[in-house]
Amino acid sequence: MTIKQLSIFLENKTGRINEVTKILGKHGISMRAFSMAETTDFGILRLIVSEVDKAVEVLRNENFAVMLTDVVWIKCPNVAGSLSAILDHLAEKQIFIEYMYAFADGDVANVIIRPTDINKCLLVLKECNCNIQDEL
Amino acid sequence: MIWNPNKECMSRDEMRALQGKRLQKLVTYVYHNVPFYRNKMQAMDVSPEDIKSIDDIVKLPFTTKQDLRDNYPYGLQAAPASEIVRVHASSGTTGNPTIVGYTRKDIAVWSEVMARCLTAFGVTREDTFSVAYGYGLFTGGLGAHYGVENLGATVIPTSTGNTEKHIRLIRDLNISGIACTPSYALYLAETLDKMGLRKEDIGLRIGAFGAEPWTENMRKEIEERLGLKGYNIYGLSEIMGPGVSYECSEQNGSHINEDHFYPEIINPETLEQLPHGEQGELVFTTLTKEGMPLLRYRTKDLCTLTNEVCACGRTSVRMGRIMGRSDDMLIIRGINVFPSQVESVILEMPEFEPQYMLVVDRVNNLDTLQVQVEVRKDFFSDDIGRMLNMKKALADKLKSVLSISADVKLMEPNSIERSQGKSKHVIDKRMLK
Repeated sequence: MTIKQLSIFLENKTGRINEVTKILGKHGISMRAFSMAETTDFGILRLIVSEVDKAVEVLRNENFAVMLTDVVWIKCPNVAGSLSAILDHLAEKQIFIEYMYAFADGDVANVIIRPTDINKCLLVLKECNCNIQDEL
Repeated sequence: MIWNPNKECMSRDEMRALQGKRLQKLVTYVYHNVPFYRNKMQAMDVSPEDIKSIDDIVKLPFTTKQDLRDNYPYGLQAAPASEIVRVHASSGTTGNPTIVGYTRKDIAVWSEVMARCLTAFGVTREDTFSVAYGYGLFTGGLGAHYGVENLGATVIPTSTGNTEKHIRLIRDLNISGIACTPSYALYLAETLDKMGLRKEDIGLRIGAFGAEPWTENMRKEIEERLGLKGYNIYGLSEIMGPGVSYECSEQNGSHINEDHFYPEIINPETLEQLPHGEQGELVFTTLTKEGMPLLRYRTKDLCTLTNEVCACGRTSVRMGRIMGRSDDMLIIRGINVFPSQVESVILEMPEFEPQYMLVVDRVNNLDTLQVQVEVRKDFFSDDIGRMLNMKKALADKLKSVLSISADVKLMEPNSIERSQGKSKHVIDKRMLK
């Protein structure tokens, strides 16, 4: 029920993100979701891509530090209050969220969640009939 | 003014005779009291009787920083523990600092040579003098302190730290002289500006600057901004501390207190003694030291020597500006840093690759040290908190080993240049300015 997210360590350097996107583009790998966490001297680029194993391979070949992280992908209606309802459930059941990011696509909103306890999070989401995606 | 004209203006022949006599006594002393030297001399088939004049010094063994480490802590001490009244220590490479014990007479000699330096800079009994070198295990603070007291001026033991308070003291106590690192002097000038004060508001007249290499341009800038005259003072803790040599009003090289510290220049490759005028590694023999006397200690500092007559009236040999090092030691904020110290810390932490780069710079007149390291692939984490903890753990360890703080920069795999052969671990941007 989880999907694999690519986490890529990047130095804060102009043009560094382009290099990642260029490599993925060259190998015909498309990006579904994308988020960047940054500190003063490095950042972690988080990506959901079409072909995970291939993406890891091509990026590692170019010496990028790439890790795979399990995350939960849910879809909810793109209407006011729908995400709030889900997050309320999670908070009620003491699910701690390390980070999350989201993007809307027409009537649907896609939300990527990285909880501390992924199994418990999945259980809670199922309880509230959330639309959990398990493949891209 | 000259503090001790008898010694500082001795004829060359008299000086050589005095040095020869002192060397003979020193060699006999260490031969009988320091097994390290006795063994070395026996291996070279040299006995104290072979030392008849100062020229015979070339027969004697050298001493290196490594010898001091290998004999940690007191292996090279010649005087019995009961005679030692003080110990200083300088930072060590991989744990072992260099320990230097002083007898009461050593402290007296140190105070004497420091008084010579300060007198040459123009300090008198009427002056109030701030010692802004660090007090503690580092020789700078206490060494300069005793010199000021011996001379009879008033010493203000400011040490390092609170710079605004320091400037208020300089103004309110009419402090006329200061001893500190040249980069701290520039920082002082900056703080003066920030406080809205002008150099006319303070009465600094004399600066004794040392413990790190500095340039003529820095001298001009410090003199311009603080309204004082800046003099170079040279020393190293293994030999004594500050006061080994000093500039006079001519500022044409630094006069060596050579009745106590005999200087030689050698070729660092062949170890042969070089004639005056040729650049090589500076070597000192502590002619009168009791606590931890050293024979032919290799400073690794590269410079030249000259005994051309100086217009100030002193006859002692002068050393030129330090032109570099024959090893890879860096001096950052007055503290000696070896890349190998950083390396040893990194090697202890499995999170990091053994590749690293030290980037030294001078920002707002303060030296900065950045340590770039590559995180091992297995240790990368999607968790920013964990990555930041890794960075902090290394920064904390570096601080405890180096005694100065370093900014750690985590780098991507393979981003630090791998060099062929002898790897290059230092980028010192300070030299380019």
